[in-house]
Amino acid sequence: MVKELERAGIPTVHVCTIVPISKTVGANRIVPAVAIPHPLGNPSLGPKEEYALRKKLVEKALKALETDIEGQTVFE
Amino acid sequence: MLRVVHYLNQFFGQIGGEDKASIPPMVKEGPVGPGMAFKGSFGDKAEIVATVICGDSYFNENIEKATQEILQMIERYKPDVFIAGPAFNAGRYGTACGTICKAVQDKFGIPAVTGMYPENPGVDLYKKHVYIIKTTDSAAGMKNAVSKMASLALKLGFKEPIGAPEEEGYIPRGIRKNIFVEERASKRAVEMLIKKLKGEPFTTECPMPDFDRVPPAKAVNVKEALIALVTSGGIVPKGNPDHIESSSASKYGKYSIEGIDNLTSETHETAHGGYDPVYANEDPDRVLPVDALRELEREGKIGKLYNYYYATVGNGTSVANAKRFAQNIAKELLEAKVQAVILTST
Repeated sequence: MVKELERAGIPTVHVCTIVPISKTVGANRIVPAVAIPHPLGNPSLGPKEEYALRKKLVEKALKALETDIEGQTVFE
Repeated sequence: MLRVVHYLNQFFGQIGGEDKASIPPMVKEGPVGPGMAFKGSFGDKAEIVATVICGDSYFNENIEKATQEILQMIERYKPDVFIAGPAFNAGRYGTACGTICKAVQDKFGIPAVTGMYPENPGVDLYKKHVYIIKTTDSAAGMKNAVSKMASLALKLGFKEPIGAPEEEGYIPRGIRKNIFVEERASKRAVEMLIKKLKGEPFTTECPMPDFDRVPPAKAVNVKEALIALVTSGGIVPKGNPDHIESSSASKYGKYSIEGIDNLTSETHETAHGGYDPVYANEDPDRVLPVDALRELEREGKIGKLYNYYYATVGNGTSVANAKRFAQNIAKELLEAKVQAVILTST
């Protein structure tokens, strides 16, 4: 899906846990996430810390959308 | 008799479903689950001495650590051959099978065989390194998969010559072998061309690799951009109004988040059947971060969050369907002047 959105010219960042799969399907901007059942959260944290973690990941995704890249890039 | 170690996920290893997908690796002596079928195929030529079982999520969230742990477990059993799966169209399982097979080959110098459906992401990751028997997309094809995997594992174990992919049933590894044939190349080429002109089926001797890469789209200024959320994690309004399937999805949904600041267990849930839904149902923002994007919108860090999001279930969903969904979604997003997308996957 990421690839088709980019093919249409829409810059797309893939936030996902299994980075090798994202790379093999051809995502260009990749942000590694927390875990498979909760990519943008962590139930073992308190609500405030968990929200802060999510916001940070989303900001990282935005940073990826703002960055011109040559090829597949993982934004650690 | 060959010594074989078998790798299974938590489901085929008979530990449990998605609620057990986070279990670390464990080892059991002898065959388990599909291992019984392998036992039948191996007869008295090989024996499964141990089975390593690991949760799909544990493996994929800790790829390096899990690989090391599993290699240590395998070492004790001194196998001659290693088998994994078959994983059919299960993405996390396929990735695990491929990773472990390659690691076992590299570390112990023994052959490994796994089995997957051609669209499993583990195929593109590992087909060059590992023999992957081509299977159906679901466990309905277990019997056939096991018999082909077993036969190839025995051949590899006894160092017998391995035939071409179509003879043995494995996915082509991109290896070229010189062979002697009756007819010279020019004649074969002309015959192929004639068949092609007549519209008859023919088999090329030199298939071209299928590279489908899209160049990165240009960066945007997110402070002024209209940004949309898309997910393959199955987040839908409570009750799943479009009845998106929990696996092998045939459709996607488009849902309004206008005026919604935060997704909750009352308003949204996940329709995805391929991961433990407890955490996403408790707080759907953990998969689709509407709350964080709304705040960033208020802070002026993004132009605007698009009033609709798109969702499907990425669980054994065919590549053809996913492609079609995204082409339709892209068209609508372009019409709505959306400038960038955050796509989340579980």
